[in-house]
Amino acid sequence: MASLSVSDTDGQRILAVAGRLDVNTVRAVWERAKQAVSDAGPRRITVDANGVDYCDGAGIAMFVDLMRQRPKGEVTIDNLKPAFRNLLVQFEPERITSSMGEPPRRGSSIEEIGVVAAGIGRDLHEQIAFIGETTLALVNAIRHPLAIRWRDVWAICERVGADALPIVGLISFLLGVILAFQSAIPMRKFGAEIFVADLIGLAMLRELGPLITAILLAGRTGAAFAAEIGTMKVNQEVDALSTMGLDPVRFLVTPRIIATLFMTPLLTLWADLISLFGGALTLQSFSIPYVTFVHEVEGIVDFSDFMAGFVKSFVFAVLVSGIGCLRGLQTAAGASAVGTSATRAVVSGIILLVIVDGIFAVVYFYLDI
Amino acid sequence: MAESSEPIIRVEGLTAGYDDFILLDNLDFEVRRGEVFVILGGSGCGKSTLLKHMIGLYDPKAGHVYIDGDDIVTAEGEKRRAILRKIGVMYQSGALFGSMTLLENVRLPLEEYTDLSDSEMDLIAEMKLELVGLEGFCNHLPNEISGGMQKRAAIARAMALDPMILFLDEPSAGLDPITSAGLDALIRRLADNLGATFVIVTHELPSIFAVADRVIMLDKRKKGIIAEGDPRKLRDQSTDPWVHQFFHREADTVVA
Repeated sequence: MASLSVSDTDGQRILAVAGRLDVNTVRAVWERAKQAVSDAGPRRITVDANGVDYCDGAGIAMFVDLMRQRPKGEVTIDNLKPAFRNLLVQFEPERITSSMGEPPRRGSSIEEIGVVAAGIGRDLHEQIAFIGETTLALVNAIRHPLAIRWRDVWAICERVGADALPIVGLISFLLGVILAFQSAIPMRKFGAEIFVADLIGLAMLRELGPLITAILLAGRTGAAFAAEIGTMKVNQEVDALSTMGLDPVRFLVTPRIIATLFMTPLLTLWADLISLFGGALTLQSFSIPYVTFVHEVEGIVDFSDFMAGFVKSFVFAVLVSGIGCLRGLQTAAGASAVGTSATRAVVSGIILLVIVDGIFAVVYFYLDI
Repeated sequence: MAESSEPIIRVEGLTAGYDDFILLDNLDFEVRRGEVFVILGGSGCGKSTLLKHMIGLYDPKAGHVYIDGDDIVTAEGEKRRAILRKIGVMYQSGALFGSMTLLENVRLPLEEYTDLSDSEMDLIAEMKLELVGLEGFCNHLPNEISGGMQKRAAIARAMALDPMILFLDEPSAGLDPITSAGLDALIRRLADNLGATFVIVTHELPSIFAVADRVIMLDKRKKGIIAEGDPRKLRDQSTDPWVHQFFHREADTVVA
């Protein structure tokens, strides 16, 4: 334990510190010692450390704190054992105080709103610039298809498309089953179970098939693109491309967007089929055979309904892959930045999907599709 | 060495920094054709920042960087590509493409800039890897080889198109003394045999004496160059206390 006794003699205040001064015990004397220094008035202050038998960094911090309470030399530390004094002489109390500087100023709430708004503005500006660059790169790719890195495209196709079949299939099947089951129970009261087939057919092909596929892609592929490109950015690989004179958009973004453009419509088709199968399977338990289900769907869903959903899937593909790549290229330094980029890719991807899906709904309504 | 007094890089009035902070103020210097030019200085003095401005990765606040007569700061499009075609860069981390083998990494610039056949590109890439002593590792991925080998592979990739200037950012950082000395010997050998100009950022004293023809020393307090010339002469003759401290590995009395 540490102890402190304070005594005053002719113009001098003596603080006798004794015992063990470490991170656990120093607190018992620190506050009182500081108080004794500030109460001392014009007296000189001597800290008598003769009784200190152990002192670590925390004890030294206390001595430094006491010394910096007064101008240089007015607080002296005496009789500290040489081993501990060696620790103390490394520090200049005035320097420690002055080098800490002003604490960072926290802005007012209005200022913070401004900063956030400016950030959103900057992000929008970057998104618009990115859309321009990507469009240019895609147009160039169409004009010079041989310049596209097809090997990369096929490898990405496998990851985006083939590898996503199980998860897209599972969720679509579940969606078909749930939709059928939940709607068939109330419909049965009216003897209208057969119309569940109409509901599933229209809802899945026009809306839910493309949307659920795109949302799964945003979580799976968008995040993966952001993390891949983000890691390349952190590892200076994107810089390396730039200094080779290779445009990162053409090299990294174009193959990813093309691969996603190929795969998303196919995945959407897969999701449509599996969800219809899920619905048909559920309706078996409501005594509706497959052939009746198929006949009903054929009767209500025409080609334009199918195309309404299919066209969306191309647009969703560009959105999800584009935003994933953009967030990857925006990655700042450090490992946590990659995580942030992946998160931002998923969040902005889903927000964009919802907005664009809404726009599609309005456009289709006016076009009477 | 094929060194001449003709400048291949000219940096004029370069001011660099981030936001309101100026890191390098109004820098002027030249790099001569065929020399091994080393940028040195303490941590945080702006060595790597200067390098990134010289290779056109960052835009300066003011000033120009002329590479073989063309300003990389203002060049755009095809003109910029033409300038970049003249340089090769080895980044501090190697920055090899992790999903490609060493051979594919070295082949990449050839694929993008030339019309050579696959077998011709393979041969050139293999030869570059052989130059840096990695002939048996063509089909390895970057994460399957050591840090020193990654740096050598990065040098091979930087040399793929036989550029006029090779920029190396901290080539020996984080390597053991033997690997580091091997890399220095490689750089010196390449400089002497290829006749290319090397611009190297480092603060490793043994590397500086092993490879450098000429150095500039940056200082963060002056935000600019405090010494320029032959490193041995600077070590033995400089009267600047900081230069003396640096070359004699003397610590500050109070750690700055």
